[in-house]
Amino acid sequence: MLNTFVVYVENKPGVLTRVASLFRRRAFNIDSLTVGRTEKPEVSRMTIVVDADRDQALRIEAHLYKLVNVLFVENITAKSAISRDLAMIKVAATHDGRSHVLELASVFRARVVDVGPESLTIEITGGEDKIDGLLEVLRPYGVLEMVRTGIVAMRRGAKGASTGPSAASGDGAEPIIPDENVSYSV
Amino acid sequence: MMKTGAQILWECLELQGVTTVFGYPGGAILPAYDALKYSNIHHVLVRHEQGATHMADGYARASGRVGVAIATSGPGATNMVTGIATAMLDSSPIVCITGQVGSKLIGSDAFQEADITGVTLPITKHNYLVTHADQVARTVSEAFYVASSGRPGPVLVDITKDAQQSTCDFDGKPVKPQLPGYRPNLSPTPDEYKQALELINCAERPVILAGHGIILSGAMQEVRTFAERAHIPVGLTLLGLGGFPASHPLSLGMMGMHGEAWLNRTIQEADLLIALGMRFDDRVTGNVKTYATNAKKIHVEIDRAEINKNVKVDVALVGDLRAVMRELLPQVKSQDRREWLAYIDRMKGDSAVRDIQNLPDDGHLYAAHVINDLWHETRGSNTIVVTDVGQHQMWEAQYYKHEEPRTLITSGGLGTMGFALPAAIGVKAARPEAEVWAVVGDGGFQMTMAEMATMVQENLKVNIAIINNGYLGMVRQWQEFFYDRNYEATPLLSPNFVKLADAYGVRSVAVTQRSQVMPAVESARKHNGPMLIDFQVEQEDSVYPMVAAGAALHEMIRRPSPIVETAADA
Repeated sequence: MLNTFVVYVENKPGVLTRVASLFRRRAFNIDSLTVGRTEKPEVSRMTIVVDADRDQALRIEAHLYKLVNVLFVENITAKSAISRDLAMIKVAATHDGRSHVLELASVFRARVVDVGPESLTIEITGGEDKIDGLLEVLRPYGVLEMVRTGIVAMRRGAKGASTGPSAASGDGAEPIIPDENVSYSV
Repeated sequence: MMKTGAQILWECLELQGVTTVFGYPGGAILPAYDALKYSNIHHVLVRHEQGATHMADGYARASGRVGVAIATSGPGATNMVTGIATAMLDSSPIVCITGQVGSKLIGSDAFQEADITGVTLPITKHNYLVTHADQVARTVSEAFYVASSGRPGPVLVDITKDAQQSTCDFDGKPVKPQLPGYRPNLSPTPDEYKQALELINCAERPVILAGHGIILSGAMQEVRTFAERAHIPVGLTLLGLGGFPASHPLSLGMMGMHGEAWLNRTIQEADLLIALGMRFDDRVTGNVKTYATNAKKIHVEIDRAEINKNVKVDVALVGDLRAVMRELLPQVKSQDRREWLAYIDRMKGDSAVRDIQNLPDDGHLYAAHVINDLWHETRGSNTIVVTDVGQHQMWEAQYYKHEEPRTLITSGGLGTMGFALPAAIGVKAARPEAEVWAVVGDGGFQMTMAEMATMVQENLKVNIAIINNGYLGMVRQWQEFFYDRNYEATPLLSPNFVKLADAYGVRSVAVTQRSQVMPAVESARKHNGPMLIDFQVEQEDSVYPMVAAGAALHEMIRRPSPIVETAADA
């Protein structure tokens, strides 16, 4: 099953390589990986979606923690969370089909961001299913080009990001975030 | 006070207690070598950078301190790769320092440029690229902390030439590591302790399986007390040998592919495995699908990524072995397990003991004779044996009875041929008072024998025992068992080792009869300098028992009669 991990890392050169290399090295297949800044300049945040069973997911978490630059890992798969993907879809839209495409875009609450003589570019944000759904109905008109960001995710409520790690504290000996009573037994 | 990165490097190494480093100079590391004149650290010039890493590794394993290797950029750094991977797989704390081309040149394919942090990323615990002098102090302190804490491992520090040359203010005080994400000290929950204790106190047929962790965490006494109190027999992995005294009544010897038959059967028939600081390597489990299927499993392990990796366990206690054992000990009940122990004893009796060292001297020299006699000759006298990889390594593990931790140094996880001689040099540098024997095959020895010059130049007395059978023996054995005796690329021509040793200024002797073994060993021990003994042994002998790759642990290939059967009957 697909697991979604939120991973805080030190904002340093090469950290993305370390994380990506870990998945390759341990033969786990990344479905999507996004990385970007957070509210703290010294911390970057990744959302990693990976196909893994329960045991593998626990081991992925443990392996991530073994990377010295990883600050905090949370598997939010079974938790209440918001996840968003953004796609830009360029659709062939000649005179005849144009209004149909516009209608479909509006049904999906997507926005048209570029209009050309023979194409429309549609921007859509949402869960993966929603984007897959739009893509499905646009396909008959001719999808010329498509790009997706991959998922970014965040837990609902106050817990999670706002209580995230501070890279400035800690001397390496003590965990910044105590592990939430995770048992590694089965 | 303003200092160069190179000066700061040596000062920081001294602050870490480093007295010896193993290295090889070159262009990009020259500023560091130039600054060595300000330092009291002793530099051992190796003959190949792989040797430097194995020496640092041997130094670390023998002493428990961090070993340090140093090399230049490009080929110097890439030559270290095998040694780094060896240390990684065996959790050995080493710090490798490499020079790098100037920071402005990085990415330009400059002369002797190699992306060594990229190359070593999956085989180091962590690595650093240092591009300015003001990063040196903190990086060195972090490197040593990461290498030696938690599950130890190699750390590489790549320092650009300009970082060595540039200056910054340094007050000579240690810099605190700043590692907000690094958490080496985990401990189990009370609930996990409780579950483990229930299993331990209820088990009728338990067995302890102890690995390298017993030595790394210094838990020898705790494990011994635990085993004695609960009357639980102890099996060891290859790297665990010495962690529990071989002569102890509860000791069952080594497990796994070439382990003791009775121990492998004990594991398969146990109702509880208590795995302590080991990682269920495939050489230990055989086919995991058929591994100890009737047993509950407790896994005490410092690295939680090892939990449920190879073998699924019922209770995992993630933490330092010594601390966990201390927590468990007061609550472990003394139990009468006479029946179980007697049953294991009977299996021992049933087994065809591999006692070929008991065979009469009929003119054949077996490797087992050599190891057995070496053990008899050197036992109880602060001897450290360093082995290479292959048949001789397994015979050493079977016939040399280790009583103390850190008396067997061997490449287990990576199985690196060529490890023994350089590692033994590192061992001798770390423990000059110990008697050090490098037990090597004729194949592996030829991979790194150039380090004999290092040994002689450093005036280190390492005794070298070549188990010379004219084959790449372990590969030949696999060809015999599994490839229809097609001895492709395994017959091995060697130089005249006696003459070779002579060329290096090392005393040597060739041995072909069992009666000559003891005298040769004795003369090596008495000689005031290194000595090489070329033991020319039976060419097509094999290591028994053997669990074929993929077979169940109890399905062992046994030594064909009559050889052993004769000995067992005698």
